[in-house]
Amino acid sequence: MYAKSGAIRINGTPVPPPDDPRVSLLDLLRETLGLHGTKKGCNQGGCGACTVLVDDERIVSCLALAVQYTGRDVVTIDALAGEDGLHPLQQAFIEHDGFQCGYCTPGQICSAIGMAGELERGVPSHVTSDLSAKRIELTDDELRERMSGNLCRCGAHNGIVSAIAQTHRAGQLSPRSSTKARRAAR
Amino acid sequence: MKPFTYARAGDVAEALRAGAAPGAKYIGGGTNLVDLMRETIEQPTALVDVTGLSSDIKRLRGGGLLIGAAVRNTELATHREVRTQSPVLSRAVVAGASGQIRNMATVGGNMLQRTRCAYFYDAGGSRCNKRNPGQGCDAIEGFNRTHAILGASSACVATHPSDMCVALAALDAVVHLDGPGGARKVPLTELHRLPGDHPEVETVLDRSELITAVELPPLPWARRSTYRKVRDRASYAFALVSVAAALDVRGGEVRNVRIALGGVAHKPWRAHEAETALIGGPATTRAFRAAAEAELMAAKPLHDNGFKIELATRTITAVLSELAGGTR
Repeated sequence: MYAKSGAIRINGTPVPPPDDPRVSLLDLLRETLGLHGTKKGCNQGGCGACTVLVDDERIVSCLALAVQYTGRDVVTIDALAGEDGLHPLQQAFIEHDGFQCGYCTPGQICSAIGMAGELERGVPSHVTSDLSAKRIELTDDELRERMSGNLCRCGAHNGIVSAIAQTHRAGQLSPRSSTKARRAAR
Repeated sequence: MKPFTYARAGDVAEALRAGAAPGAKYIGGGTNLVDLMRETIEQPTALVDVTGLSSDIKRLRGGGLLIGAAVRNTELATHREVRTQSPVLSRAVVAGASGQIRNMATVGGNMLQRTRCAYFYDAGGSRCNKRNPGQGCDAIEGFNRTHAILGASSACVATHPSDMCVALAALDAVVHLDGPGGARKVPLTELHRLPGDHPEVETVLDRSELITAVELPPLPWARRSTYRKVRDRASYAFALVSVAAALDVRGGEVRNVRIALGGVAHKPWRAHEAETALIGGPATTRAFRAAAEAELMAAKPLHDNGFKIELATRTITAVLSELAGGTR
């Protein structure tokens, strides 16, 4: 039994877990580390604005107690762009008008990247018709269902869907699609 | 949120030792508990993290699966054998929550999540017998469109929110527990309680007992099974009514059937009446409808949720018809 052990790797940097176990991963990112890219929306798991990647899987950081994430690799929106420019999905959001106010955007982008990994691993969704299929196509219905944990109150969903679809078709919807993120995740 | 200590259990014995402390609670993915703690509805003084315990899905001799309590919901829904042998379970899991939350939530935590009744959540403004035993219930005379129609009491009309548990109820799942008094097994259908006079007591678990796994007994004909969830929007919402069902039809006759309902009661509702009415009879839409009506005979609607009776009846009928259609 141990209270806490090791660090949380955040965008490649080891960070000690908070002394107070009440601190959420979201508050650790924003308040302690000053990583303001990840947004606090509802703070109850309903909106997806706080989505980050942990060991390449998407989670909502508002419902995550930071102390539960020692030894894990957290990647936030702050580390997705590289020296060679934006992550391809960030660029696609600009080209497809995938946002208006931009508050949900970091969560949307991290969520879409995590979603692509789930698709590769054969994770089914509510609209997957054949559960025994080896390969699931990212149809429009699949994309919308899989992204339903991310709300956009400006109503940019059509642009968001086309930005994600295009980036996925181009095979660039992975957390490793930019140099800095590649280094961060090692 | 009130202060608490945090410790991670390396094995079941460690978890039970720490869990025995007064005010201690086990935490899995935290997707419900952290929210409830923020609302001060839950106020544990110690959290024992059990996400490091059994997270395997093992095949049992003689068929069946043993699913560790720390298996994440996504992993459960994706497991090849779950998808092919018990599609109802895979479908129920992906009908719940969002992709992000399914990546966090554990199987054990899913079973022990608490109702989303808005009056239960409204710690500052509403009366709730579940939150404050003996206080009264504001849902009974309040806005109760989403509340229970079966098995409710004058103390509580809340529903159990899990989709996964509805499928587990249909599949005859058995929950493995461990505690100070030793290990024991409880059928999933007996894990959760009806509210009666004590809606604050939601399960048959002793205070520091821990769910270690859930067992799916072999049920080969559950390959033909599915889950249908009816909700106010197409995705990411709790059920108004949901139906988990498995059906075995030979020569137009119902050989065997399992039906469980979600969104209608304080616990996953196994539809024994409907099952009994169907076994040995014809697999026709008419018979399905009659069986569904028999099950809903006991329903007691509140002011706003009478529609659930017809909705549940139609959904049972539709799901069984869909499953029967596949046999011909």
